[in-house]
Amino acid sequence: MKAPFTSQLGLVVVIVYAFVALTAPVLAPFGETEIVGDQYEPWGGEFLLGTDNIGRDMLTRLIYGARNTVGIAFVITSLAFIIGGFLGMLAATLGGWIDQILSRIVDVLMAIPGLVFVLLVLSFFGTAIPVLIIVIAIFESTRVFRLTRAVAMNVEVMDYVEISKLRGESIWWIVWSEILPNITAPLIAEFGVRFTYTFLFITALSFLGLGIQPPIADWGGMVRENAVLITFSDYTPLLPAAAIALLTVSVNFVIDWVLQKASGLKE
Amino acid sequence: MRTITNSTGDKVSDDIILEIRDLHIEGRTSETWQRIVNGVDVTLRRGEVLGLIGESGAGKTTVGLAAMGYTRDGCRISKGTIRFHDMDLVNASEKQRRALLGVRIAYVAQSAAAAFNPAHKLIDQHSETGIQHGVFSREEARADAMELYERLRMPDPQSIGLRYPHQVSGGQLQRAMTAMALACRPELVIFDEPTTALDVTTQIEVLAAIKSAVEQFQTAAIYISHDLALVAQMADRIMVFRNGDLIEEGQTRELLTHPKERYTQDLLAVRTFHKADTTTETTDVPLLEVRHLTAAYGKSPVLFNVSFSVPQGRTVALVGESGSGKSTTARVISGLLSPSEGQVLYQGVPLLPTFGQRSKTQLRRIQMIYQTPDTSLNPKQRIRKTIGRPLAFYLGMNGAVRDSRVRELLSLVELEPTQYIDRLPGELSGGERQRVCIARALAAEPELIVCDEVTSALDQLVAEEILKLLDRLQREFNLSYIFITHDIGTVRAIADDVVVMSQGKVVEMGPKTEMFTPPHHEYTDLLLSSVPEMDPDWLDNLLADRAD
Repeated sequence: MKAPFTSQLGLVVVIVYAFVALTAPVLAPFGETEIVGDQYEPWGGEFLLGTDNIGRDMLTRLIYGARNTVGIAFVITSLAFIIGGFLGMLAATLGGWIDQILSRIVDVLMAIPGLVFVLLVLSFFGTAIPVLIIVIAIFESTRVFRLTRAVAMNVEVMDYVEISKLRGESIWWIVWSEILPNITAPLIAEFGVRFTYTFLFITALSFLGLGIQPPIADWGGMVRENAVLITFSDYTPLLPAAAIALLTVSVNFVIDWVLQKASGLKE
Repeated sequence: MRTITNSTGDKVSDDIILEIRDLHIEGRTSETWQRIVNGVDVTLRRGEVLGLIGESGAGKTTVGLAAMGYTRDGCRISKGTIRFHDMDLVNASEKQRRALLGVRIAYVAQSAAAAFNPAHKLIDQHSETGIQHGVFSREEARADAMELYERLRMPDPQSIGLRYPHQVSGGQLQRAMTAMALACRPELVIFDEPTTALDVTTQIEVLAAIKSAVEQFQTAAIYISHDLALVAQMADRIMVFRNGDLIEEGQTRELLTHPKERYTQDLLAVRTFHKADTTTETTDVPLLEVRHLTAAYGKSPVLFNVSFSVPQGRTVALVGESGSGKSTTARVISGLLSPSEGQVLYQGVPLLPTFGQRSKTQLRRIQMIYQTPDTSLNPKQRIRKTIGRPLAFYLGMNGAVRDSRVRELLSLVELEPTQYIDRLPGELSGGERQRVCIARALAAEPELIVCDEVTSALDQLVAEEILKLLDRLQREFNLSYIFITHDIGTVRAIADDVVVMSQGKVVEMGPKTEMFTPPHHEYTDLLLSSVPEMDPDWLDNLLADRAD
């Protein structure tokens, strides 16, 4: 099945973002935190997209923002999937009290509103990037746990899993060889969705001032720092917002296609 | 209003009610259209019963549905005409077709449990179509439903309609669906495998009900089944399908006595395989012994004091209908369910109740083969890994040694190794998958294989090949089998000893030869006499016998 046009477009955009994120130091005309001009210089000339509130090059900040924001969102999502996916499969395969304990812990975590939970924990432990990553990853992993447990349970009741158990296979082998290969499709689709949520979540946190801290370039923070320009009908602060929107939409285009393939839906 | 009773005339009159000419139906596979039915002609006269027979994928259901001008999702009629009286069903508008369906043409599906809406009473569902189409009023419908229930010999016809679908048994539900189809006295009823999901003893009741109803109302019917013996009881004329082609058509008796085509002859010859009678010396200690097993799922007891033994090199068939506890017995033997009382002995040594407590060698010696090969093979594992895993796990084989053993095992189950070793289960047919399951069981070098309904999900000809294979392997490797089945034909073919179970108890057991010669236990007798035979008079004779 050929990917529909929207998905191809989305894929191209995602690849461009990834490329920019990886080659940021080469692409960017200036240093990430380097003050190179006056405050709020206009577009064009030396500074293609002008400068920000303390005279850093906007384009450079945008490019580094791709690396920081997208990179951290990716790390968080991956971590959330490792924790949530693993525990979800374990709960589905073992069942019994292990499943009960894990599921109830997840229930409790999910009962607390996400932003409140993360803001609370971050104000306790500070906003260092490793803390940020771990806290959001744990928060997101509860959602991953729920999904993984549900899809893994559908696989766990299949005869081939029973045959593996009767053969005397270890729990690890059953999870790794029998269950995981049969649930990868929904998990990949969920990865895309989770990634955009995480991404929006950390930009929101940065906008509120609790996420990625200055002077590190971050799209959410950049919107906040330059927000005042809006009053002068200068659209520069909308550039990082547009970067966020474009990536979110593109990732969703790609996921739509993956989901469609995974579920065998008709076009 | 239409008249409710049809005129009684000759059984087969000359007026043609359904005429299908040169029907081609295509189904959509990802990008191309694939042919499902290639140019089939069907003519059906008033009051005639036509049997459609074939294996899965033969196109018989597709033709049956086409008789209503309907195709499944993703299918289309690419060529041909379908006429019901003088109405063109291919080009009929949705509205015209809707006026017809349920009133003049009705359909009885395979699974009544899935076809009834669980939230409404039987009698309400029964009347709905007729009331909607203005055939009768609610009161008339109810009175008529009770009469139909009585004619179909349902227990308590006055009040059974007030029950919900889950409150009646499978056989009763199937009869209720037949009654529902007959509610508007249609001219044509399509029965699509109406008894396939039922036990043999229940099947008889439903068959008898359908047959008498169709005869009484002079309804024309299309009876679809994969079982030639069943169709022979019902149909005046039979059409044999294979891969979307009509292979042969003929009057029932003519077709059964003088089949022209090779394929029809094969279908008739099915169930003729019998393993050679074995007289193995039974040793003092049987390979497996089941002693006084009592077991329950939660609080509902399913097994009561079940005892039998499996001698080395022999096949013990556990026979019974659904709910008889035969599969539960297998689960206890394999350690999936702990018995509340009794034990399982292997070569005189008691096995621990759950599989987790048993040693690797004990697990290796008893292997299982399941009913549905589709769910017992991991769809993401290539055959190489599926069969290779027990070799690595139990016997520590790796690399080239394991690979060549996998190839050996594939040849043993008559699959060409180089062609199959790298395939995924999705790229195999049902019979081939079951062969892979057998190879996987053999890979563990077991002494006992528990076969749980291994042939019931397969077409008859394929099933027979599997039975022959299992028999050959038994002789080659001196294997013992526990063969769980509801099908007496399978027992006849492969068993040495038979254990008949009913409602969690063993009713009778003994060597096969003894079991198939009278006198039988009452239940064994019922079970044996309920197995359809190719003789078209079998059902009538049986019903006459039982009436005495």
